[in-house]
Amino acid sequence: MAQVELKQVRKTYPNGAEAIFGVDMKIDDGELIVFVGPSGCGKSTLLRMVAGLESVTSGEILIGDRLINDVSPSERDVAMVFQNYALYPHMSVRGNMSYGLKNRKMPADEIERRIVDAAKMLKIDQFLDRQPNQLSGGQRQRVAMGRAIVRNPQVFLFDEPLSNLDAKLRVQMRIEIKRLQRRMNVTSIYVTHDQTEAMTLADRLAVINEGQVEQMGAPMELYSNPRTLFVASFIGAPQINLIPVSFDGTHLVNGDLKLAGFSDLPQGTELVLGVRPDVLRVDAGGQFGMNVDLVEQHGGENLIYGSLGGTTTDAGEPLEICLKAAQAMLPAIDDQLTLGFDPDTAFIFRKDTGERLK
Amino acid sequence: MKRVQFEHSAVPYLFIAPQIIIIVIFFLWPAAQAIYQSFLLEDAFGLSSQFVWFRNYTDTIVSASWLQAAGFTIVFSTLVTFLSLAIALLLAVKANEVIRGASTYKTLLMWAYAIAPPVAGLMGNLMFNPLIGDLYQGMNALGFDFDHKLDPYDAGFVVVLISVWKQVSVNFIFFLSGLQGIPKGVQEAALMDCKSSFRRFWTITFPLLAPTTFFLMVINITYAFFETFGIIDTTTQGAPGGATTTLVFKVFQDGFRGADIGGSSAQSVVLMLMVLGLTVIQFRFIEKKVHY
Repeated sequence: MAQVELKQVRKTYPNGAEAIFGVDMKIDDGELIVFVGPSGCGKSTLLRMVAGLESVTSGEILIGDRLINDVSPSERDVAMVFQNYALYPHMSVRGNMSYGLKNRKMPADEIERRIVDAAKMLKIDQFLDRQPNQLSGGQRQRVAMGRAIVRNPQVFLFDEPLSNLDAKLRVQMRIEIKRLQRRMNVTSIYVTHDQTEAMTLADRLAVINEGQVEQMGAPMELYSNPRTLFVASFIGAPQINLIPVSFDGTHLVNGDLKLAGFSDLPQGTELVLGVRPDVLRVDAGGQFGMNVDLVEQHGGENLIYGSLGGTTTDAGEPLEICLKAAQAMLPAIDDQLTLGFDPDTAFIFRKDTGERLK
Repeated sequence: MKRVQFEHSAVPYLFIAPQIIIIVIFFLWPAAQAIYQSFLLEDAFGLSSQFVWFRNYTDTIVSASWLQAAGFTIVFSTLVTFLSLAIALLLAVKANEVIRGASTYKTLLMWAYAIAPPVAGLMGNLMFNPLIGDLYQGMNALGFDFDHKLDPYDAGFVVVLISVWKQVSVNFIFFLSGLQGIPKGVQEAALMDCKSSFRRFWTITFPLLAPTTFFLMVINITYAFFETFGIIDTTTQGAPGGATTTLVFKVFQDGFRGADIGGSSAQSVVLMLMVLGLTVIQFRFIEKKVHY
């Protein structure tokens, strides 16, 4: 177990393409950090740099107090779980798990003890002599985790390990990974593009966008206090409602829509109002109207989608908006609802820089 | 379960007819001819023949020249197969690691594929020509007492060298595509599990290439047995003293040069049985160790 530190880490590919623009980060001992971001944002690259599968162009990566920039992947004392499991197809489950240990010249009885322990923990002890192609996707995933666990590394690296599993199994494995990590208390870095996975697993979350860390913090901190438009729009499902507005000194304005209750905002710059679907409520005295065009029933709650009265987007269509409502709230298509929200629960961003103003 | 019945029609037979016709004309019929003629003794002018049972076979198998050819064929095939596979594998592994100019390397390494064995033989002939051949003179300049016209080992060296050179490019293409078929994730997982690249190759890469290697082994043994005829015919022609005569070359020599149709047919039948046996061994015993 160890802490991991990234200091001004950069990555530029030989063809000049820049992937990572100076990342600084400190990961505490035993912490589970999730890198989350859209595809192509550099989150996997960053993880692979920690693993040693990508070179570091400049900056420093430290595990514990050891600088590992030029240490070979097998000597960094990290273990990785790959997206497509990456099991050795010609070796049994036992062979897969023992391979890394044998190469490190570990005594056979110690290897066997570790394999049995890990297999029990992952409930794969009855499959130890099977070949990977005789296992289901979920079982392969467990073997891949077992292969990492037996190494007893200082850091676990997970590269989208659940994205090849079906939805039900994914939730199940997610919970299991969290439990295992808690129990083993090993520093872990987990990469995903799935914000639900990110929110539920992370001790702290690093939202990565275009090779930079946009914001890092506890999941709820990022949800309720996003620093940028990007973080606000990436974290939270269903997605936050974003309404382009301008400020006229007293009201936020978009077309015929006028919202009171805001002050101290710059005039003449384009702004974006962000309202989470769960802070919107149906309120006869509310500030705007909504024309319902779709209701998704999720069981405990309903998601109501519709167009926002009086507004237009650049394309000339009314703005789409989403509202999270209780199960009993079940409007028909084309019903008119009046909505309101507490101005204190909304976010206001500058459109050009994405910076949050309020 | 109920079986689906299709109406009988000639169409399916029509579809497989071209293949069947080719097999019948170019394999079954000549093979049958060879078996038939292997029981006959013909006079030198082909005017009369007489049925002699297995005398052609017994004469063949005990003859010193046939045993010599069989011995040479085994050594030659083993060397050609092993060397052309090993060199091609080495080149493929190295070419696979190259990033800059990769396609140039690959194209250059595949080039020799386009050369027919007799042409390769002719090129070898020039290079080993005692008067103008660079390789012949180079070998002697280096202090080897090299003369493939007189020394059986030197002659063997020449045919093995040319045969291997010609075959490496074919094997290279297959090994390279085999290497590129190994999932990247598996290679990266191995990189994190094993420090030594030598050990990684033998424990991960090579076992995963086994299907390719097995396929190539079958192809290469067939090549060494049969296709190298063109190379031998254009270089040593089995000389000196039959030291580089393979079984196939001997079939040709005895049948077409020596006009011993019966004996040469008996040899081809024996050769056919040998190849059959070899194929059975390959599929029975080696394929079991291959992971697909």
